[in-house]
Amino acid sequence: MSTSFSLNGKSTTLDADPNMPLLWAVREVAGLTGTKFGCGMALCGACTVHLDGKAIRSCVTPLSTVAGRKVTTIEGLAGKPAKAVQAAWVKLQVPQCGYCQSGQIMSATALLESNSAPSDADIDSAMSGNICRCATYSRIRAAIHAAADTIKV
Amino acid sequence: MTTQPQAAPRSTRREFLKSAGTVGAVALTIGFEWAGTARRAFAGPVAPSAGASFAPNAFLRIGSDNSVTVIAKHVEMGQGAYTGIATVVAEELDADWAQVRVESAPADAARYANLAFGKLQGTGGSSAMANSWMQLREAGGKARVMLLTAAAKQWKVPLAELTVEQGTVYHAGSKRQAKFGALVATAATLPVPEAVILKDPKDFKLIGHHAPRVDASAKSDGTAQFTLDVMLPGMLVALLKRPPQFGATVKSFDAAAAGAVPGVVKVVAVPRGVAVVAKSFWAAKQGRDALQIEWDDSKAEKRSSSAIMEEYRRLADQPALSARKEGDAAKAIQSAARKLSASYEFPYLAHAPMEPLDAVIKLSANSCEIWAGDQFQTIDQANAARTAGLDPQQVSIHTLYAGGSFGRRANPGSDYIVEAVSIAKAFGADGTPIKLQWTREDDIHGGLYRPMYFHKLEAGLNAEGRLTGWRHVIVGQSIVADTPFSGLIKDGIDGTSVEGAANIAYAIPNIAVDLSTTKTGVPVLWWRVVGSSHTTFAVEAFIDEAAHAAGQDPFTFRHKLLDQHPRMKAVLELAADKAGWSTPLPPGKGRGIAVAEAFKTFVAQVAEVSVGKDGQIKVDRVVCAVDCGTPINPDIIAAQMEGGIGFGLGAVLYGAITLKDGRIEQDNFNGYRVLRMNEMPKVEVHIVPSTEPPTGVGEPGVAPLGPAVANAIFAATGKRVHALPFTRV
Repeated sequence: MSTSFSLNGKSTTLDADPNMPLLWAVREVAGLTGTKFGCGMALCGACTVHLDGKAIRSCVTPLSTVAGRKVTTIEGLAGKPAKAVQAAWVKLQVPQCGYCQSGQIMSATALLESNSAPSDADIDSAMSGNICRCATYSRIRAAIHAAADTIKV
Repeated sequence: MTTQPQAAPRSTRREFLKSAGTVGAVALTIGFEWAGTARRAFAGPVAPSAGASFAPNAFLRIGSDNSVTVIAKHVEMGQGAYTGIATVVAEELDADWAQVRVESAPADAARYANLAFGKLQGTGGSSAMANSWMQLREAGGKARVMLLTAAAKQWKVPLAELTVEQGTVYHAGSKRQAKFGALVATAATLPVPEAVILKDPKDFKLIGHHAPRVDASAKSDGTAQFTLDVMLPGMLVALLKRPPQFGATVKSFDAAAAGAVPGVVKVVAVPRGVAVVAKSFWAAKQGRDALQIEWDDSKAEKRSSSAIMEEYRRLADQPALSARKEGDAAKAIQSAARKLSASYEFPYLAHAPMEPLDAVIKLSANSCEIWAGDQFQTIDQANAARTAGLDPQQVSIHTLYAGGSFGRRANPGSDYIVEAVSIAKAFGADGTPIKLQWTREDDIHGGLYRPMYFHKLEAGLNAEGRLTGWRHVIVGQSIVADTPFSGLIKDGIDGTSVEGAANIAYAIPNIAVDLSTTKTGVPVLWWRVVGSSHTTFAVEAFIDEAAHAAGQDPFTFRHKLLDQHPRMKAVLELAADKAGWSTPLPPGKGRGIAVAEAFKTFVAQVAEVSVGKDGQIKVDRVVCAVDCGTPINPDIIAAQMEGGIGFGLGAVLYGAITLKDGRIEQDNFNGYRVLRMNEMPKVEVHIVPSTEPPTGVGEPGVAPLGPAVANAIFAATGKRVHALPFTRV
């Protein structure tokens, strides 16, 4: 059984169980390992990818639901907000263990793509679904603000 | 060249002294012998870079392409060890930071032992920088001398006329210069000097300054490789069904339904349960869900945690072993003008690192190759060998980035490694790579928790409000009992149960600290900051109660009792000062202070808390002062304090693993809540300048957070907290 969709801008057909979560299809079938497994229940955000530009949890999204749609993973991030977010992450030295950061960056980029000047409350609401056990939250917040400033210029 | 370098580029450098004996003892300073460690362990080859290279010691390799590769004997699990290690080597080498990269050391205790652990290679006890500080400075410094000597030889100029800066050697007189890469071929022919003159700290260019993390880019673009990301040709994925209660075993199982799931290759029984080995995670998961297992619970722990705590409360009034006794605390308290008492209850806690435990094993008849975010290489090597029926030298380990650990990946039984090896063995030990993947539920249910504890405290104050007696009873499980580390138990006292309490720093004339060690069927382990994760709360919350009883300001009360502990006193002062301790806060808000020494690092924190009308707690701000000796990388120190505060706050507000009839009641991040973005306070970190030897920063920031918050709640509401966790008062 195969599912066709756009993966990081390339039309892709994956031969896999249509009920397989997108997370595992992307990782084990397409071989893109930047997206991480953290909880399997959409509780931690480590698996965040973009579906038609919106941040979703790939661990609870069956592969079949992305048929004909556009999926972007950390490997396919492009555009001004995404690059600003990644640069701010490095500049402000956000990552510690780093495991959750693909998901954090996907959520942060989706936020900035819809809201180029988010308030702290906007950041809370967009980012509170992404857990970081190293608690890099202060730096994530600062990096989102810094990225927003970059985009503005 | 003879054994002594004849010249150093700067006259200010001081003689390097043999340092092994001066490395600070940390929690796991042990004379522990593990079978196999005396022999040189099988070392995976350190891959050479293209072209000629120069590897003067086990920690460093310089390529003809000018690359400087630092070999890290410690795992990078977020704490910044890779960057810290590279900073120290690069400093003494005078390397160009942009050319520095880090690769993980193979499992080889002979070369890569943690000097704080004796003969073990492993990471823990916030010891990575403390134990390797002089070892790495020497490694970098000797290599620098050899490169300079090579230049002197090539250019036929005196060594003393050479200088080195950012990876380039200069000879001013002849206006010659060479990058390290041009010198490696000659340097590689030179003898390694036996001693080297190290830099004067005032000449440090990287240490104490900003050296960006070596892993920040890879961890911001998805390319950092974790164990989850290991994909080997023909690799299979295994999920293991473990018993629902600790101590239960498989009575019988039916693998028919599991085996029928497309993609499932084999179902195998192993000592810890039944494993489903499949071509994908998803197939293994479906297969595991379809397993039918009957468990034998005759030897299982079937109690509830509430019943265990009830027993602990009773034990607190029974005779216990003395961990510290000075004067006569009981008598002093009895005759005191003012007496107070309190108890504090602490739950089991899971580490819950973001990367659920995982390991890849390639096992064949005479070798076992392991890929893991390995935190305890020598122990894991030995346990894997025993499980596989091999010699430790036949076990090699590729240490990858660990997606968090907080202590979980360093466990004496190597649980996840042993499981993976046992599955590979049951599968046939045919060289098929198998990745054992834990799910989040496996992690939350998987045991090796921070133990549950009950603390009972009593104190006496004289008419002037000075503490005259202090009695502290701790009840709970030993972390090291029944493990190869049980030798750490002295006269019945597991130091990890009482650290932070038995060494209470406050000047009190009569002190008694007792320990009642319990046994349960729930497996326990060190959890970030180990004993101080509970003892600091008890001590610092109770000293706050004493200050209140004495009618004194909590900062002043502590301050007066710390004359013998100047570094502790200094961080207390710094935190209070930066927090504006004496400035008023609006109603509904409160400020609390706490201080701790953990792993020879001193940390004080002031928390500012808002308490809503419904009693809901919000921590607004935490001001942190830390003295960790020489600050190697100030930004990483700040990051570890920030992270420790967030990690600690999650535990204070929500952390609890509870058992009902022996079954864990939490499953995932819904039941086992951790801190989220909207709950993170503003954090300010202030680092005490110091030239003392560096100490750890990964764990100590956790210790004072809980009591600082609890004391702030009291300041805001007049209510004391006596059981963790608490989200409202």
